[in-house]
Amino acid sequence: MSETHLNRPDPEQLLRQLQAAERYERRGSVKVFLGYTSRVGKSVRMLDEARRRKERGEDVVVGATQPVLSPDVEALLAKLEVIPLKFIDGIPVMDVEAILKRHPRVCVVDGLAHNNPPSSRHARRWEDVEELLEAGISILTSVNLQYIDEYKEKVEQITGRHVVESVPLSFLRSADEIEVVDIPTDMALERAGEMPAETADLQDSETAAQQQKLGKLREMALLLAADIVDHQLEMYMLRHGVEQTWGTQERILVCIKAGVNARQMLESGRRNADRFRGELYVVHVREGDTSPQEEAGLNESLAHARSLGAHVEILEEQDWVAAVLRFAREHRITQIFIHHSRKETWLERLFGSGVDRLIRSAEGIDIRVFPQ
Amino acid sequence: MLEEAHKLKAQGIDVVVGYFEPHGRKDTIEKAKGLEIIPRRKLVYRGSTFEEMDTEAILRRHPQVCVVDEFAHTNVPGSERTKRWEDVRVLLDNGIDVLTNMNVQHLESLNDTVWQVSGVRVRETVPDWVVKEADEVVMVDLPPQALLNRLRRGVVYPQEKAQKALENFFKEPTLNTLRELALRQTALEVDVRHEPQEDSRPARSPLPGNQSGPHSRSGESADRLLIHITTDPSTAALIRRGRRVADYLGAECFAVFVNTGSGLHSLPVAERQTVEKQLNFARNLQIETRILEGKDVAETLVSFARRQGITQIFVLRTRGRNLPAVFGRNLVQQIVWLARDMQVTIVAEHRRR
Repeated sequence: MSETHLNRPDPEQLLRQLQAAERYERRGSVKVFLGYTSRVGKSVRMLDEARRRKERGEDVVVGATQPVLSPDVEALLAKLEVIPLKFIDGIPVMDVEAILKRHPRVCVVDGLAHNNPPSSRHARRWEDVEELLEAGISILTSVNLQYIDEYKEKVEQITGRHVVESVPLSFLRSADEIEVVDIPTDMALERAGEMPAETADLQDSETAAQQQKLGKLREMALLLAADIVDHQLEMYMLRHGVEQTWGTQERILVCIKAGVNARQMLESGRRNADRFRGELYVVHVREGDTSPQEEAGLNESLAHARSLGAHVEILEEQDWVAAVLRFAREHRITQIFIHHSRKETWLERLFGSGVDRLIRSAEGIDIRVFPQ
Repeated sequence: MLEEAHKLKAQGIDVVVGYFEPHGRKDTIEKAKGLEIIPRRKLVYRGSTFEEMDTEAILRRHPQVCVVDEFAHTNVPGSERTKRWEDVRVLLDNGIDVLTNMNVQHLESLNDTVWQVSGVRVRETVPDWVVKEADEVVMVDLPPQALLNRLRRGVVYPQEKAQKALENFFKEPTLNTLRELALRQTALEVDVRHEPQEDSRPARSPLPGNQSGPHSRSGESADRLLIHITTDPSTAALIRRGRRVADYLGAECFAVFVNTGSGLHSLPVAERQTVEKQLNFARNLQIETRILEGKDVAETLVSFARRQGITQIFVLRTRGRNLPAVFGRNLVQQIVWLARDMQVTIVAEHRRR
């Protein structure tokens, strides 16, 4: 790993960092167990960790459990201190006051997405958790993909089931640790049949179709976790002033030149980014004057790029090769897509075309040259 | 894995442990209790005794399910088969289901990335197609902090070894990167298994002799990748990268070496061995290979690609001298220049800086 130091942060940024660090020290840490559906074993995994920690001498309590308990969960709960839920209008609510009074080092909160009834302290359980964290209590909690705000719509399209409860993605992104609870889809289906769970209706329908749906959810959960890990890694690198020089996620950069039909290359970029589950960037470097006709074609290409969901940027620089490379490094690009050069000027014949120069200097990045 | 074995056993399924490597870890040994373990087979190699999985004994015992630790393991010379994954395939061929495990760094196509990330060149690898044959792939996730804590507590390795590990491979960013790779790889494995309508597994149709034109597969204009094999040592990385891209794109993948003489025997011995090694490596990754003959390497490669309806040529960036084009183009420049009607991917050699 390279240890290239980044530019020094400005004083204000330093202050913010210090404040964040201070807050961070006082605040409890949070670990989230993420599952792609219910009944994958999140609660068992979480409570088992609580048990292990307790056995190692940590002060652990259970602050909230699910409404329905499996025998495995019951067995683990028997070994732990449980602060009972209280009931408001007949609805179970985590007893935040009692937990604050007891003030353990670690508190287990199952069912993070749970909604509290109107007269509660907070509307949502994850807000209760925030309060516990602020009080310096560390949290072990679990959530199911379908409740994450930014994923709800996508999940609903797959399962056809609407859920009311939600947890913001930012909660997961700022978590200190996240752990994926992954089991094979057929096992998840099997388990859904074991208990009166929300997925129990699945078994009536055709198994293969259900497996496929679960597969999609599983893939989403894994990629979500990968994104969070990537984010954590980036933060770590920033904190330690280390530049990351490799990419675990494919990031494709399509370079558009004026006077060239970029449609095919853009679509290939989109398709490749999708296949790789990666990101798509599109840049155009303004080097000099373009004809109105070229300008129109260029605008059309850029509009097309935006419609394909690419991050589009226009760079102003004398040397397009340098501009593209700088952009690529800043965005941890792994593949650059570019058109073959059309004809060579005598200068290019002498010193090589821009494409040649790009190939020569793009260390660590693949260059894919496209027909015009 | 052992927990699942226990569950299967509780369901009345006949489960045995075919190979178990507890590394002296108490928790792991505890978890294996109550399971039938097939004794290892002892082999003597250069005066030392090695223990390997006793595949024959497992076949004789013939359980319904067999648990095999360390899928990526390389057997000691003198064993029936070179790799443990080959032993596993024998079990499968005989109708025994297998539960096995491997680390993400053992996946062949990630070998260069792993080296770049960790500085470790992993020797025990499993080709991607072997993993693709698995019915299910499950991610065993653990946040790096938790793993580091376990290391410090001496759960994973004895204290002295743990200290070394913490200083080398087990650094937080390294572990995080490997974890991200594992998550993305598992997501891909899940995707490939659950999208039957979309043909995302690479098709294995052979190179069609000398027929011309792109042959259309299921209406779609399918991608066809051609990897250019040279004597450059980085060719292995190029092959891995090509295979990986082909797998992601659901593309067919071929590899060729262009010989400027006639017959491989015309090459100097060292070069011939290198080329044979590369071709062999490509074939191990289920890439169909060809040797072409032609005076002009770029010309021969590109016209072959054109005849075979290749959509994308994979070449290695030429290292070393980069004189102005007027002094003659280097090989990459020539290929890029000639193959203007197709895509050319110049693969970056991964270097640790």
